[in-house]
Amino acid sequence: MPSATADFLEVGKIVTLPIDAITRTQLALYAGASGDHNPIHIDIDFARAAGMPDVFAHGMLGMAFLGRLLTSMVGPECIRSFSVRFVSIINVGDRLICSATVTRCELAEGVASVTLELSSANQAGDVKLVGAAELTIVLLAEKVDE
Amino acid sequence: MSVAATEPAFVPTNANKSMLDRSFIGSAFKPFSIAVEPGRLKFFAKVIGETDPLFFDRSAAKAAGYKDVMVPPTFLWCLEMARENPLDTLDLLGIDIAKILHGEQSFRYFKSAYSGDRLTYKAHIADIYDKKKGQLEFVVRETQIINQDDVPVAELRTTVIVRND
Repeated sequence: MPSATADFLEVGKIVTLPIDAITRTQLALYAGASGDHNPIHIDIDFARAAGMPDVFAHGMLGMAFLGRLLTSMVGPECIRSFSVRFVSIINVGDRLICSATVTRCELAEGVASVTLELSSANQAGDVKLVGAAELTIVLLAEKVDE
Repeated sequence: MSVAATEPAFVPTNANKSMLDRSFIGSAFKPFSIAVEPGRLKFFAKVIGETDPLFFDRSAAKAAGYKDVMVPPTFLWCLEMARENPLDTLDLLGIDIAKILHGEQSFRYFKSAYSGDRLTYKAHIADIYDKKKGQLEFVVRETQIINQDDVPVAELRTTVIVRND
């Protein structure tokens, strides 16, 4: 398959993905879907006993949103690496905007090697995750991974 | 290369009984295998708001040229939570789950994973270090994943922060 529409293949290009507000229901469902049953994300009594004012989102839910941004840009087989640092806690009600900035783009023989700088911030501009991803994109209509 | 790849400075500190035992660095966990189930992928896609049918609809994935429904980028981490004891790192080191935060996470991908694959996870403790004079300790778990054909699929690096306050 063609790996990308290639419309972001230029240093400085920014691609964003807005995410719906985080809800308590989503945290409960994510605990089940992800297998991460840490009660601090779903049980307010436990969270308060641990010194937190409320439950808060799983960091990996925030990373999953950045993953959605990546796979909105390229097929998953194009992603070579994907890493994040969880900078601050994602709260219930946060509306995140995921963003990827192209910091490197090298084209050779129909293959693009791309480095992205990633971030995710809420409606107030508070940064929640920062990270990076490396992509290898075959620009011809050939499969990368069979 | 990446933000998470900044090398952790191992700062030796004065002996403190509450500090994690560094001798666990290198400890390996029992490997485990898990089948990638289409129902779990569908549920995961729904919860994270993924609307691309590549991640939940087999016919759409096939039409796009893939052999089956694709595993989304972070789901490999989620599958590791299905091991016999998902708290094995915490239990081994004696860490209270109420004290932890996920600090960093990285993935290196070698081969796509699909619904129907059987993946084997092999993990070990790669590092333990501290910052802020031991107020924060960091435990790094590295996991290698291979598929049913013994082909490397991905390598995960999970950094958990322990709050010693």
